[in-house]
Amino acid sequence: MQFFDFIGRYFILMSKVFSRPEKRKIYRSRIMFEMEALGLNSIGIAAIISVFMGAVVTLQMSINLESPFIPRYLIGYATRETMILEFSSTVVALILAGKVGSNIASEIGTMRITEQIDALEIMGVNSASYLILPKIVATVLFFPFLTILSILIGTAGGYLIAIFTGVMNPSDYVEGLMYSFKTFSIWYSLIKMAFYALLITSISGFYGYFAKGNSLEVGRSSTKAVVVSSVMILIFDLILTQLLLIA
Amino acid sequence: MIRTEHLFKSFDGRVVLNDISVEFDQGKTNLIIGQSGSGKTVLLKCLVGLHQIDSGSIYYDDTLFSALNFRELKQIRRDIGMIFQGGALLDSSTVEENVRLPLDLFTNQSAKEKRDRVDFCLDRVNLENANKLYPAELSGGMIKRVAIARAIVMNPKYLFCDEPNSGLDPMTSIVIDNLIKEITEEYSITTIINTHDMNSVLEIGEKIMYIHDGKKWWEGTKHDILHADNKELNEFVFASAMAKRAREVVDHGSARS
Ligand SMILES: Nc1ncnc2c1ncn2[C@@H]1O[C@H](COP(=O)(O)OP(=O)(O)OP(=O)(O)O)[C@@H](O)[C@H]1O
Ligand SMILES: [Mg+2]
Repeated sequence: MQFFDFIGRYFILMSKVFSRPEKRKIYRSRIMFEMEALGLNSIGIAAIISVFMGAVVTLQMSINLESPFIPRYLIGYATRETMILEFSSTVVALILAGKVGSNIASEIGTMRITEQIDALEIMGVNSASYLILPKIVATVLFFPFLTILSILIGTAGGYLIAIFTGVMNPSDYVEGLMYSFKTFSIWYSLIKMAFYALLITSISGFYGYFAKGNSLEVGRSSTKAVVVSSVMILIFDLILTQLLLIA
Repeated sequence: MIRTEHLFKSFDGRVVLNDISVEFDQGKTNLIIGQSGSGKTVLLKCLVGLHQIDSGSIYYDDTLFSALNFRELKQIRRDIGMIFQGGALLDSSTVEENVRLPLDLFTNQSAKEKRDRVDFCLDRVNLENANKLYPAELSGGMIKRVAIARAIVMNPKYLFCDEPNSGLDPMTSIVIDNLIKEITEEYSITTIINTHDMNSVLEIGEKIMYIHDGKKWWEGTKHDILHADNKELNEFVFASAMAKRAREVVDHGSARS
């Protein structure tokens, strides 16, 4: 019952969010602002986890696939595929759900309990659209860049670990990176990420927008926002993979 | 003029507003007074449509406000200014941006026209040189002033104030009260103010409604409130030492003359 109530309220809110904006110019400047706040400011964390994950994947593969029947360059190939197919979209999105999701939910939740949202409504502003739409547009446009960045940095991380530890020959690694490259994999990754951005931002916006009570409640909403967006990311990973790669 | 007829509002079966019928006059400072928890904020939020009422009607002049649809509601809200209990300024915007927001969204004024209007409103509330500050950098009194400036920037016909001077020192309170009264008279606004401050009541209470337990308990002006024949109202009014003194002075004055 609660589940259907949740779904219903979510879609009602989204129909408010996506209704015609008041003034385009205002929205454009707010989108630019959010791109910086939610996108640019997430580059650091995306880069750090990517370089480590790329390095660890390469290290694990080289240690565990020590066999004369497996060509060494496959390690580079495996690192690339892992980054592109799952890591740079899904895992990075999970991290971003924690960072950006809690940020959005607590920001909007605080605006709710300090009556800033009421104040917007009284002015005749569509508060849902004014607050949430720029964030959705900004993240849907920007997060895919984080995916590309993560792929580049992750594969570079593998290369670096190959050089520094000598677990494998760097030129084998690079050969693997080039091996059997399919452009569609990149598209698949970017599409997934754009979708995850929509999930994270809209779900977190939802929890913030309907926060009530005091700062404790805002904290709780922001935790819920992160948990629910993370679970939805995993569910949609399955669904989108089925739709894009298998079907 | 704003008028309500038989207004009811409850939360989860608990009645908060019980059959409120009242009229607030244009060009006057109309006060809603009552104890904490008596339903003042809920009444104000019902009046502006932030809470859905259970039954009854609300009129803004000749418009049946409570029957407006979403679009009409948005339209009439351009004529409404509201000052919230905590100011409710947007934290991520400067003072200037806060006051300018309605102009940005709903007018096609040039940058200069907007700047002039914002400066005029900030000037009107005696707040200069604060344009670039963020709400976190303001004192409580300054926040209230910015909130007033924002509320009047679109020349509202209706102004709602939820405890405009709670948390302010008595002197600043009087300044804010008088500011609201001046603006109300100057632009002939229908102003409704929530308060439990007896200072304000005696200063600007041109029309006062006392709300008790969600019911309209008493109605009058600052001139009759000290001599009202109403037990609950008297308890409320004379809980303040200042009001007791005021009555003594008034009684002395009338005894002498
Ligand atoms: N959103 C809500 N949900 C449920 N109950 C509410 C809600 N808002 C207010 N109430 C209840 O309505 C009653 C009146 O509250 P209201 O905020 O109007 O009081 P008030 O007169 O403004 O008090 P104060 O002077 O302290 O601001 C309170 O008992 C409160 O618990
Ligand atoms: Mg209140």
